[in-house]
Amino acid sequence: MSTKKEEYSKYYVPDQSIWPIVGALALGLIAFGAGHFTIEASKQEEGFGHYVLGAGMLVLLIMLVGWFGDQIRESRQGLYNEQLGRSYKQGMSWFIFSEVMFFLAFFGALFYARMIAVPWLGGASNNVATGEILWPAFEAIWPLTTTPDGTTTQAMGWFGLPLMNTAILVVSSVTLHFAHVALEEDKRKALTSWLIVTIVLGLIFLGFQGYEYVHAYRDLGLTMQSGIYGNTFFLLTGFHGLHVTLGAILLIVMLGRVLKGHFTKDDQFGFQAAAWYWHFVDVVWLLLFVFVYII
Amino acid sequence: MSTTVTDTHGAHDAHDDHHDHKPTGIKRWLFTTNHKDIGSMYLWFSFAMFLVGGSMALMIRAELFQPGMQIIDPHFFNQMTTMHGVIMVFGAVMPAFVGLANWMIPMMIGAPDMALPRMNNWSFWILPFAFLIMLSSFFMPGGAPAFGWTFYAPLSTTYSTDSTALFVFSMHIMGMSSIMGAINVIVTIMNMRAPGMNYMKMPLFVWTWFITAFLLIAVMPVLAGVVTMVLTDKYFGTSFFDAAGGGDPVLFQHLFWFFGHPEVYIMILPSFGIVSAIIPAFARKPLFGYASMVYATAAIAGLSFLVWAHHMFTTGMPTFASLFFMYMTMLIAVPTGVKVFNWVSTMWRGSMTFETPMLFSLAFVILFTIGGFSGIMLAITPVDYQYHDTYFVVAHFHYVLVTGAVFSIMAAAYYWLPKWSGVMYDDFLSKLHFWCSLVSVNILFFPMHFVGLAGMPRRIPDYAMQFADINQIVSIGGFLFGFSQLIFLAVALKCAFKKGEPAPAKPWEGAEGLEWTVPSPAPYHTFDVPPKV
Ligand code: HEM
Ligand SMILES: [Cu+2]
Repeated sequence: MSTKKEEYSKYYVPDQSIWPIVGALALGLIAFGAGHFTIEASKQEEGFGHYVLGAGMLVLLIMLVGWFGDQIRESRQGLYNEQLGRSYKQGMSWFIFSEVMFFLAFFGALFYARMIAVPWLGGASNNVATGEILWPAFEAIWPLTTTPDGTTTQAMGWFGLPLMNTAILVVSSVTLHFAHVALEEDKRKALTSWLIVTIVLGLIFLGFQGYEYVHAYRDLGLTMQSGIYGNTFFLLTGFHGLHVTLGAILLIVMLGRVLKGHFTKDDQFGFQAAAWYWHFVDVVWLLLFVFVYII
Repeated sequence: MSTTVTDTHGAHDAHDDHHDHKPTGIKRWLFTTNHKDIGSMYLWFSFAMFLVGGSMALMIRAELFQPGMQIIDPHFFNQMTTMHGVIMVFGAVMPAFVGLANWMIPMMIGAPDMALPRMNNWSFWILPFAFLIMLSSFFMPGGAPAFGWTFYAPLSTTYSTDSTALFVFSMHIMGMSSIMGAINVIVTIMNMRAPGMNYMKMPLFVWTWFITAFLLIAVMPVLAGVVTMVLTDKYFGTSFFDAAGGGDPVLFQHLFWFFGHPEVYIMILPSFGIVSAIIPAFARKPLFGYASMVYATAAIAGLSFLVWAHHMFTTGMPTFASLFFMYMTMLIAVPTGVKVFNWVSTMWRGSMTFETPMLFSLAFVILFTIGGFSGIMLAITPVDYQYHDTYFVVAHFHYVLVTGAVFSIMAAAYYWLPKWSGVMYDDFLSKLHFWCSLVSVNILFFPMHFVGLAGMPRRIPDYAMQFADINQIVSIGGFLFGFSQLIFLAVALKCAFKKGEPAPAKPWEGAEGLEWTVPSPAPYHTFDVPPKV
């Protein structure tokens, strides 16, 4: 423990701050704007939705910079004690748990569709008559390339790009671990390089993922409208991709802080939180790879 | 990690710089990081929403006063039932509990504030924005959501109006608020307890909120997931809930109730904690079976993940699934029964007095149990085929939610108002509030059991002639109950403006807990230096 912190062993309760309510305003604008934008887009009308949404994003960005700026400043002034560090760590862990539950909802939908909805539509269990009367031509297979109403698509293979992406993410988790080890051993050069490698790998992953979507839309006819297979595919990989993006942004911020000389062996919560997040995103991908692509 | 909590807490003589100055004016509320301010804002917000949602209920009851269509058209009627449910669940009951948690948990465990004070204020201020957005949809073409608070697909997808997108996004931010609030509570409890306040010494209100926070973090994200699927089904051409594309509307119900059933426990577990604080105080006996209360709460929370499909017996699930969910549901009655037994045993041979918090708590024990019994009736699969979607279900959940959750919130408010405001509440008005509420709430909800058993469906603006008498009685009860709540507004305002007898630090002879060791009103900052427990 650094000596600076021990003097101030009282739990740090911050004074008033404008950032929380700015953040609430941002989320309010985003929700209102996104809602109207969605409605307008679905009717192909011009409206104000996207302006409000954009304003919300901007306010959110300002809030994040301001809030984290305050926090970094306080932390570097040594106002934080060990107990507060524990609050942050526990808070981050519970946040990741909530993310796990979010993905669980989509995995739940996937399993339900594969194991119950699609077989039943094909006449399994006590649904023979339903199947025969409603969609006699329907065949219950997974990936569901022909839906009951006859929409067709091709399935996404797992070999090639997805496999490569898996390798990339796994390696990025390892390189991030190396960065962490370097931080613990106070090897700043190694820390910076491993962190950069991790970020680059993450960005390559995102690039490939974008390419895969283009391939799906253009060559396979696999779209958001291709029935339950396409739906689960795009929502699961899409939300995962969003999380990788967020994780990459976090890591880039951490890189900036590392270059400014922040973080030591005992003072590394921000770095650790970003790293946990990255590992979590990695684990989600492994599950995705198995259940969405391979099986 | 919790074992090391206490020793680092050390009561050093660190500089006492930033304490008891209270920021003034509007900025105090907008920018606050103080758990007491935030708690008060949550409570006032929730009461305002209670009145808004309540007026919608009165609109419903006015229409149902007589058979036939009288006042509002069916589509608007559906908007009223939907928004009434959404506002009461997410705007009134949940924020009220979060408000109580904010005020009381730090004081009960001897912490200087919530663990993450800025995030705390963020959680609160999201709510007014979320509900503004939700309510703004009344002014859109097609009006507000009209698919019921359960927003079943395809009502919320194929057949819904434009406002669905606003519904979805405001649910998203509301969910973020709940998750952040819950993270704050759970971290506060794990990390901020005063030295010596180990887990099995925590007041039950803290325990029940600890478990509630876990439930919130576990299921609010599932709600976020399912509203997202509704959004994509409606606007982006997916078919999660559409059989033509390989999906299934029943999938919606599974996902929704996987959230929904734990959600109803989110709205009742903190009540259990409140009542477990108040009954011992006015029976002047320690709570009977503290440890069993803790284990029962945990058991209820665990089981609540395994019973969701009791809301779906009539969807045509396989028999095995129906049986499983029936038995699991009935199993929940066991830990719930343990609790009721413990409350009754606490009162057994106690020297009881009947101040207003105690009156509300006693009413809670009896009336909540009625709701529990009707719940067990509903859990019996074959009879649920008859009861499902009738007024019997409406009676059930209003007994557990109004005479359960809401009564416990009232009890809590009366119990702690002296601590919050520094003055005693107006005793006469509070008793008037109690008796008016008690009588009217039963006129309102008890007869619903009968029309329900006789087959009157829920969520309809018109009904068959033979239900007319009972509906008239119910509507009268509704208006009486609604207006009785204004008495509470008067009591609360009187306290807020410090009109009343000054309250001592511990106004209740039998009360226990750290919150009574600080003066009334509680100073702006309490327990800067952790107390010795
Ligand atoms: C012994 C405990 C309980 C049992 C066995 C039970 C059982 C049930 C069952 C089987 C239903 C579905 C009825 C149907 O739709 O046909 C139901 C509905 C409901 N219950 Fe309970 N319940 C219990 C306690 C509670 C509690 C404590 C709450 C809330 C505080 C609650 C709130 C609700 C709500 C809101 C609904 C209706 C949801 C809707 O369809 O809109 N219940 N309950
Ligand atoms: Cu339930």
